[in-house]
Amino acid sequence: MFYSLGKYMLLLRLSFKRPEKFSVYWAEVMREMVSVGIGSLGIISIISLFIGAATTIQVAFQLSSPLVPLSTAGKIARDSTILEFSPTISALVLAGRVGSSIASQIGTMRVTEQIDALEIMGVNAPGYLIAPKIIACVTMVPMLVIVSIVLGMTGGWIACLFGGEVTPADYIMGLRDGFMPLTIQVALVKACAFGFIIASICAYQGFYTSGGALEVGQSATRGVVFSCVMILFADLVITRLML
Amino acid sequence: MIEIKDIYKTFGDNDVLKGISATFKTGKNNLIIGGSGSGKTTLLKCIVGLHEPTKGDVFFEEENFTDMDFTQRVPIRTQIGMLFQNSALFDSMSVEENIMFPLNLFTNQSHAEKLDRANFCLERVNLKDKNKLYPAELSGGMKKRVGIARALSMQPKYLFVDEPNSGLDPKTSIVIDDLINDLTAEYNMTTIIVTHDMNSVMGIGDHIIFLHQGQKWWEGSNKEIAHTDNKELNEFVFASKFMQAAKEKL
Repeated sequence: MFYSLGKYMLLLRLSFKRPEKFSVYWAEVMREMVSVGIGSLGIISIISLFIGAATTIQVAFQLSSPLVPLSTAGKIARDSTILEFSPTISALVLAGRVGSSIASQIGTMRVTEQIDALEIMGVNAPGYLIAPKIIACVTMVPMLVIVSIVLGMTGGWIACLFGGEVTPADYIMGLRDGFMPLTIQVALVKACAFGFIIASICAYQGFYTSGGALEVGQSATRGVVFSCVMILFADLVITRLML
Repeated sequence: MIEIKDIYKTFGDNDVLKGISATFKTGKNNLIIGGSGSGKTTLLKCIVGLHEPTKGDVFFEEENFTDMDFTQRVPIRTQIGMLFQNSALFDSMSVEENIMFPLNLFTNQSHAEKLDRANFCLERVNLKDKNKLYPAELSGGMKKRVGIARALSMQPKYLFVDEPNSGLDPKTSIVIDDLINDLTAEYNMTTIIVTHDMNSVMGIGDHIIFLHQGQKWWEGSNKEIAHTDNKELNEFVFASKFMQAAKEKL
């Protein structure tokens, strides 16, 4: 375990060495940002709408006491969405979509000698392949989480509109009631950390792939599994530290 | 000129290379031959720095490459072109982008100049008008030629070729061999080719090193190989009845 951790740290250090040519790396960062951000927008939108709707219905169902105002459903759904569902569920989904893609892409480059070709040319392969992916994930995952929060709350509002357990007016009132900007800060810190975890762990798994197609698949699976575990661990640590 | 001195390479308990020394001359096709598992590719990877030798040194024009760190190696690496066994073209880039890639990173040429150079390299390997194709759209022989064009883009002093004929039909193999031979003479490169293709050995082997059990077993030229009495080399080169018949005619 310590051997792998050391290799991971060394790979990260190599990834952030000075680039050979900034413009080439910048173009790569932009390409990765489009791939991570625009490419994941669809799946994040869909899951956010459904999770937001389901959360609101479940909270409304649990608040059956007439002593609790109905707007509380909106308040609880808001805080749950901002603090937990949007950053964590989005990150777990992104670990599957983006992380597996990163690990299999880099792993395939390794087994087909494309990484060797980069090194022969004098290119710092970790820097060229991994750094742009980490930068893209650290910047785009928070943006996706913001979209997810907005759509999650919209999903809750739609559920109220068609469900009838809570009126849309009560729900909106709940969303506005006692809002703390700190929750958004926590969500964004989590999103940055999760983005880093997804890109770096999956890139590490891909970079040290050896063998053939079977091993590329195994690397992608390991990357996703380790990322998911680390996301949940980081979720706990950040929550404990910031709240 | 490239010189290797007493190269050893060990993977765990497996001694793959056991003290190989040789000199690879400029303007010549230097072939490394040997059976499967004899250490040919490992030796090539030690020379280009993809593997670090367990012991021994590699000199590029008297500069000790083994002692250098990654950054110090970059000026030499920009003078190296390499054709990999599976061509190792970047899948996400078109043919033209593959060839321009090293130029983008290591030169300050304008886009038009880089495009000119890419077109020149493609023309040189007879692949004009294939600029916009992607590696997945190319045949095995075309991939090899694009690989050569990419290797040529930086006008290298050293060309390394790993199994240039693997997976190719005999006719295409000869085309690739002739291309490597012509380019070596034209650009006065130090070319090192790892192969076990006997057509290449007999056709373009100016200088041949035969590896056996991780050691240099024989050294000479394609003219000398037919008359050697080295048992292991004879068993390797003249293994087929066709080659035995060819030897009798020589």
